[in-house]
Amino acid sequence: MTPDHLTAADLQTSLGRRIRSQTVRWLFMGAAAVTVLVSALIIWTVASGAWTFISQVEFTRLTDIGWFPRRGLFDLTTLLVNSAQISVIAMAVAVPSGFGAAFYLSEYAHPRVRRVMKPTLELLASVPSVVLGVFAISFITPSILTNFFSEINFFNKLAAGIAVGLLVIPLIASISEDALRAVPQALREASAGLGARRVTTSIRVVLPAAMSGLMAATIVGFSRAIGETMVVTIASGGGDTSLYNLSLFESGGTLTSAMAALGLGTDQVAGNNLAFQSLFFLGALLFAMTLVLNMVGDVIVRRLQNRY
Amino acid sequence: MSVLTTPADIATSHALRRRPGADVAGAVFKWLLIGATVFATGFLAVLLAVMIVDGWDVLSGNLWHFLTHGFSQRSAAEAGVWQGIIGSLQVALVTGVFAVPIGVATAIYLVEYAQDSRFARIVELNIRNLAGVPSIVYGLLGLAVFVQTIHGFTQGKTVIAGGMTLAAMVLPIIVITSVEALKAVPSSLREAAYGVGATKWEVLSRQVLPAALSTILTGTVLALARALGEAAPLILVGAATGFLSFGDANMLETFTGPYTALPVQIFNFARLPGADWGVNAAAASVVILVLVLAVNGLAIYLRNRFEKQW
Repeated sequence: MTPDHLTAADLQTSLGRRIRSQTVRWLFMGAAAVTVLVSALIIWTVASGAWTFISQVEFTRLTDIGWFPRRGLFDLTTLLVNSAQISVIAMAVAVPSGFGAAFYLSEYAHPRVRRVMKPTLELLASVPSVVLGVFAISFITPSILTNFFSEINFFNKLAAGIAVGLLVIPLIASISEDALRAVPQALREASAGLGARRVTTSIRVVLPAAMSGLMAATIVGFSRAIGETMVVTIASGGGDTSLYNLSLFESGGTLTSAMAALGLGTDQVAGNNLAFQSLFFLGALLFAMTLVLNMVGDVIVRRLQNRY
Repeated sequence: MSVLTTPADIATSHALRRRPGADVAGAVFKWLLIGATVFATGFLAVLLAVMIVDGWDVLSGNLWHFLTHGFSQRSAAEAGVWQGIIGSLQVALVTGVFAVPIGVATAIYLVEYAQDSRFARIVELNIRNLAGVPSIVYGLLGLAVFVQTIHGFTQGKTVIAGGMTLAAMVLPIIVITSVEALKAVPSSLREAAYGVGATKWEVLSRQVLPAALSTILTGTVLALARALGEAAPLILVGAATGFLSFGDANMLETFTGPYTALPVQIFNFARLPGADWGVNAAAASVVILVLVLAVNGLAIYLRNRFEKQW
């Protein structure tokens, strides 16, 4: 017998289909929860390890000159100064050429050139950092730097900084180019309509409008430079110890290369509890620094997206 | 000078036209930008050339031996990168097994299910922050959690622990690219499927996912290429830097034994003293560059080839 009118129950699908649809929903949500768990585990790992270190170390050991973890000398200034020096050199290389490439691609390049160059930049971003480390000691130092600075050490912070800079260029170029393209076309047209040349439009109109985005690119690039490990380990801070010095021509370990050096000997270090725990302390410092930098960069980028 | 009254007068007026050749600043600026662009992209060519020249002794005469033999402590000429290549492929496999399902599922949750809930916002913020965490910090996670805490599952410093560590590292990349891919699928496709009575899961599995698949795949390949070149976290989770013997372990057993990876071997070659090890480092760099660039090139080609215009 057929009903003369439909009810809601008639339109409802079979139970099996509904259950399946609900089950996968929970699976997807579970996967999303795993990504949060990864963060939680990272924070727990570095925080608990760092706490073990801080609660056991004598504070004078953190300021004595030099980084000699196996002798119980954990001078942070040595590592922080080297990290800062290498990152600043990296930015000196990466910012001009990254911004330049971004301006060229966004303001000058023919669309066809742009279509080729954008993927090339992506390709560059995938060059393994160990290869740039090898490049630093086999080319940058012996073939370039020794011509200018005769007293330069084979392992030195200058070459490491330049190589890190090369590594960061694609990142900075890519974020900057996004920022430049977010500037509305109407601004450029209005500028051209008033008779401005392209260079004037670029510098007086597009640059100020995209300034915050370019700043974000610089901050995120700096954060990447601080976190870069293998280039520095190969080209500057190979040993697991580091003396305090300010010369760019000398070798020196950074936060990251000190971690890699400690990690290479995790089996041996495990006995000496404090040296092993210092690994996590450095990790916590690095994590906190890059997190703050990235969040600042992220906020700036978001604000920019909402502006126009 | 006559007064310009009509647009036609203005357009043809010589007084308003800029003298040709006078724009020195413009030309200088343009060429500076071109120089910066050439520097930014051209160093890849220099890099490749330097590595090929430095590694020529191995690449020209000894390549087959180099690719098919393991590490040797005795001399650089005997040492090869076979174990590194195998190890890298195994690590990449484990990375993919863990990162791809979780990453794609998270993206599906964010795009298709979460209606701007608080949990979804936490997940999104979390993914953005994870993407900026330095790779060596993931190594600490791997060392403390994957090597030590769940030792029973990973058997300590093994391919599985290394792969899981890199999976955590590339997870944000996979989520971000998959979210973009899913957002690019037009909502009319979903609405049409709902209109003929499909459940949410049917809409997803039959319409949305097939439409977004090629872009998701590209993102996955790019993420795995990134994992292939990464050395820092693997050093912390115990990829061997020196001599490594598989013994008579079969392929399956090597997943739970000691391992190494190609970038870790390059690092090892680079820090050994002597010019002949330097040749090996350069030759191995060429091998990994070819590998990574080929994988990336393939992914970029696939994306350009199959990119849908809705």
